[in-house]
Amino acid sequence: MANYQPTLLDRLQQRFTAHLFSPVKLAHKEVTLEVNSSQILSVCQALKNEFGFEQLIDLCGIDYSAYGSTQWETQQASSSGFSRGVPSSSDLSSTPDHPRFAVVYHLLSVQHNQRLRLRAYLDNEQLLIDSIIEVWNNANWYEREAFDLYGILFEGHPDLRRILTDYGFIGHPFRKDFPLSGHIEMRYDPDQKRVVYQPVTVEPRILVPKVIRDDHRYTQ
Amino acid sequence: MPEIRNYTLNFGPQHPAAHGVLRLILELDGEVVERADPHIGLLHRGTEKLAETKPFNQNVPYMDRLDYVSMMCNEHAYVMAVEKLLNIEVPIRAQYIRVLFDEITRILNHLLWIGAHALDVGAMTVFLYAFREREDLMDCYEAASGARLHAAYYRPGGVYRDLPDHMSQYKPSQWHNAKEVEKLNANRQGSLLDFIEEFTRRFPKYIDEYETLLTDNRIWKQRTIGIGVVTPERALQLGFTGPMLRGSGIAWDLRKKQPYEVYDRLDFAIPIGKEGDSYDRYLVRMEEMRQSNRIMQQCVEWLRNNPGPVILQDHKIAPPKRETMKEDMEALIHHFKLFSEGYCVPEGEVYAAVEHPKGEFGIYLVSDGANKPYRLKIRAPGFAHLSALDEMSRGHMLADVVAIIGTQDIVFGEIDR
Repeated sequence: MANYQPTLLDRLQQRFTAHLFSPVKLAHKEVTLEVNSSQILSVCQALKNEFGFEQLIDLCGIDYSAYGSTQWETQQASSSGFSRGVPSSSDLSSTPDHPRFAVVYHLLSVQHNQRLRLRAYLDNEQLLIDSIIEVWNNANWYEREAFDLYGILFEGHPDLRRILTDYGFIGHPFRKDFPLSGHIEMRYDPDQKRVVYQPVTVEPRILVPKVIRDDHRYTQ
Repeated sequence: MPEIRNYTLNFGPQHPAAHGVLRLILELDGEVVERADPHIGLLHRGTEKLAETKPFNQNVPYMDRLDYVSMMCNEHAYVMAVEKLLNIEVPIRAQYIRVLFDEITRILNHLLWIGAHALDVGAMTVFLYAFREREDLMDCYEAASGARLHAAYYRPGGVYRDLPDHMSQYKPSQWHNAKEVEKLNANRQGSLLDFIEEFTRRFPKYIDEYETLLTDNRIWKQRTIGIGVVTPERALQLGFTGPMLRGSGIAWDLRKKQPYEVYDRLDFAIPIGKEGDSYDRYLVRMEEMRQSNRIMQQCVEWLRNNPGPVILQDHKIAPPKRETMKEDMEALIHHFKLFSEGYCVPEGEVYAAVEHPKGEFGIYLVSDGANKPYRLKIRAPGFAHLSALDEMSRGHMLADVVAIIGTQDIVFGEIDR
């Protein structure tokens, strides 16, 4: 577990020159490799066979559309007071040139005792990426989860069904534009003597507004 | 000739052997399982989404509710991730306390597992024995944190408070008269550490008791040997971690391989299996309890001799003492800011993993510099294990499916999140 990261970084940088989306990063003693989503399958195969990452520890989707946006403007606060922390449509400040969704893979090499994070940004127009089930078999459920929660499609997945949400659920709940309280709620209707679905009645509210403060204590 | 058709059976979601709310669609050929399709998500609470709307320190209690039989280990992974992003060092005494409670948690988890697993397979007694010891360990939880299950004891920067000098005691009631209560309280006269030490002296004998009930038991062996065999290659391929991986003969334990906190200063061994079947995984977990007991003894020894702070003294992250708040303006401000807005964590992403009783429990935390996580992904070991149920149970009898669910140590709180 000693300092393998710099060497791994160099090797990755050399091996995947043609596949890289951005230079290989090293932060918090963790190596992050960002590759083009179209080449994910060949990269994964190489990582498994040449770099010895025999385990897929985790696979998840991320929605970057609210990255860096805040619910409280602290700059003008002294003159106009704080705004109430209510969600507004301008929260989703995603710039069209930056990809909104990404798939993040966490890999583990048991033989070399190394970890690696692999990220592939998806095309905003088409949320499609190759399935990596043939490389790591346990990707099956993880990809179903990413599909369920973010609507990312995995090409070549044999059974891309929803996994965590209810049967017949509509929407992809972990997207940043999906409200925390959801769209529909369920209750027992004593008149009809059965359980009914109806539009949600709770008002969305924010208990603690999200705020970004520049803090220089942690600059490394 | 009559037409032969496979039989599709719905198992669960409410079934005692489903360990919660597992719904299984089983395709049977007679009594042999052709295909198992687990339907999960019946306990999905959207923890990861909820965490995105709460400040960092308010997310700790959510972690307890993931794997609700090993609460503190879940918290541990989360606070480690936050600490990694904040780049802070936890006081050494807090690290020992965390390791001590991680191991208490491991025993708690394995005791529930052995009880439930044996009960599923048909041995009633072990369950009663295991819960006797769980009671003592729950009391340790209660003494340290005030809660028996959902402790919220680990905080970014350390632990909530130091270990108490007194153990709570039983009081006479209509079920226990004064004399019985005196007997029950005999080992609760000293501090929590005294109580834990006394427990660690008793506990190996208790494990022997469980083993006399099971290890050479003919029925237990018939029900577990050769059931759910996983080769080392498949175990890696299926993303197995923890006892499931070690049962297949791969010596992999994060406490040894990627030591966190003070595990590198402690002396313990990693048991591994040979055959990769349910019986080997049973043996691995039994030995893990003995090793946890050893670690607890070493931690108690150290904690007795080394007093010190148990949480960071930086009040931008850890709250000041309640007494100081009454007099010190600054402490009051810190307290108010911490519990209303929380603290902002520098931009970045980390993955922190601990050796959870069930396997590798990881937290992938993305921060955009705000007071809330931008994305929190929980890597639950049970999720990968359950996804292999289909492969593990194929060709086995229906009754063996229950044994395989048992050997996987499934808890739905972490799988459904």
